Amino acid sequence: MHKANQNIISSRLLLAVAILTIALIFTLALSISQGAVPMSLSDIWQALLHKGDPLKQTILWDLRMPRILASMLVGAALGMSGALLQGMLRNSLASPFILGISAGAGLVTVAMIVLELWTAWIPFAAWLGAIFTAITVIFLGRGQGGIRVEKLILGGVAVSSLLGALQSTLLLLAEDGRVQQALNWLIGSLNGRGWNEVKVAAPYMLVALVAGCLLARWVNVLALGDDLAVGLGVSLVRSRILIGAVATLLAAGAVSIAGLIGFVGLVVPHGVRLLVGTDYRLCLPLSALGGAWLLTFADLLSRLGAVELPVGAVTALLGSPLFIWLLYRGSGSMNS
Amino acid sequence: MSLTVNNLSGGYSKKPIVRNINFDINSGEWLSLVGANGSGKSTLLKLISRILSPQKGRVLLDGKAIHNQSAVEVAQKMALLPQQQTVPAGLTVYQLVGLGRNPHQSWWQWELDAQDRDKVESAIHAVGIEKFRNRPVERLSGGERQRAFLALALAQNPRVLLLDEPTTYLDLRYQLQLLELLKKLNEEQDLTIITVLHELNLAARYSNRLAMLFNGEILVDGDTDTVMNPENIRQVFGLEVVVMNTPVGKQICPLRAI
Repeated sequence: MHKANQNIISSRLLLAVAILTIALIFTLALSISQGAVPMSLSDIWQALLHKGDPLKQTILWDLRMPRILASMLVGAALGMSGALLQGMLRNSLASPFILGISAGAGLVTVAMIVLELWTAWIPFAAWLGAIFTAITVIFLGRGQGGIRVEKLILGGVAVSSLLGALQSTLLLLAEDGRVQQALNWLIGSLNGRGWNEVKVAAPYMLVALVAGCLLARWVNVLALGDDLAVGLGVSLVRSRILIGAVATLLAAGAVSIAGLIGFVGLVVPHGVRLLVGTDYRLCLPLSALGGAWLLTFADLLSRLGAVELPVGAVTALLGSPLFIWLLYRGSGSMNS
Repeated sequence: MSLTVNNLSGGYSKKPIVRNINFDINSGEWLSLVGANGSGKSTLLKLISRILSPQKGRVLLDGKAIHNQSAVEVAQKMALLPQQQTVPAGLTVYQLVGLGRNPHQSWWQWELDAQDRDKVESAIHAVGIEKFRNRPVERLSGGERQRAFLALALAQNPRVLLLDEPTTYLDLRYQLQLLELLKKLNEEQDLTIITVLHELNLAARYSNRLAMLFNGEILVDGDTDTVMNPENIRQVFGLEVVVMNTPVGKQICPLRAI
């Protein structure tokens, strides 16, 4: 019976990993081959070995490859960040932006675009804005016996509203061209992202992805409620600060690369939980994998049309139906 | 393992709810905290279990103050079953009980190791929920669920077990079953138990010691026969009672509220 238990888990897990990996590889291959200049498999192979048409080599190495890596990195970060926060806050409506990250980064970026100040530094400034806001919200979440879930969520809502109001005011005062530029950033886009962005963010984001996986057991214990978590030896302050810090680092990194891409961080963890259950040892890595796939796929679709759509719009267009399908499929099997 | 509560005061705000609490409890004893609503029983248990920090005084576990030790160190020796539990959707009984091994695992440990699995097995066996092991906890009945959470606490391999109103949501039959089970663990494994119990008759019947709280202070503390007298109960609960000798020890029959 014990064996059976483990087999059920591992076969479901294997299936989920297999589905996601195959989907990701398939999407990667399509992403590399599709675009303004289509490339065949032999073109790709030649270009990978730095042979053949120099134009195609440039397209592969300098345009498509870094962009795909950026999309995978951003997607993985958003997926895991959302999973960490949903687990820690015991709230399925939590997203990477619940601690005010989007509002903080958004305000800083909009201010810089509107006032035309140091616009080359937007990625770093957005990152700082995100981190600073999250720290403020975590600070507001302190209460008797540690950091309280309700206070964190409400603190996030309050700070986001305040910063959002400032941001709207700035946008209303700005001229049309700047508003367009700011809006583009606010919806989120991977257009033109290259090796620079990847090189800066990838090292610490990869570390944070590994650290996130190691926090899985704490997230599992916190899911049982604050009192029991303390009884099981988890410090409410230390665990929430660490989980919040890793989630913030991931989301801030994603925001600094691609702007505010919504939906991935909210929906991917849900989808993963519907596939493999609530054990965060599985949910966290699979949310990263699922996020990487969803964003790469959305980016591929955004490039296929006559006009390139912002990838943030595509994730919502693509993610909603996928999510609704998973939801109904999940509830169907639960009833059976 | 002995537990000493030394001049303990504390609560949720500046004004303490429990004040100047002192008692010693020896290995293998079962102490029940009883008292009227709002007397501070649950607050006292939260102070002992490290959920609340004391404003004054200390709780010593084998001579070492628990609030100076890390959460993990304390959790290796003392387990807690809170009054209300959150059940994550889809979590199976085996997964739940496995989480009890948390304080004994290293931060990089991903899976239960052989020793963890042994402890989980014996905890599941001790509370008799073998046949539910693969069932989601949310689908268990109240009594089965409480036993699953008790197994979680036992998987911690504690020497001291704290339980806050463990029988609250259970029918009388399941209340007795759970308390019989605790009695067995108490006697066979020398497990030290502190319970908060609403039902005075059950507390008197199963524990070997009662501490009656009144307005945040311990009014009387002693073995069941000494504490269960009409004067104490009149003062603490505002009840006029007769105390009867029954086959299960001294039990009260309430006559009227004063």
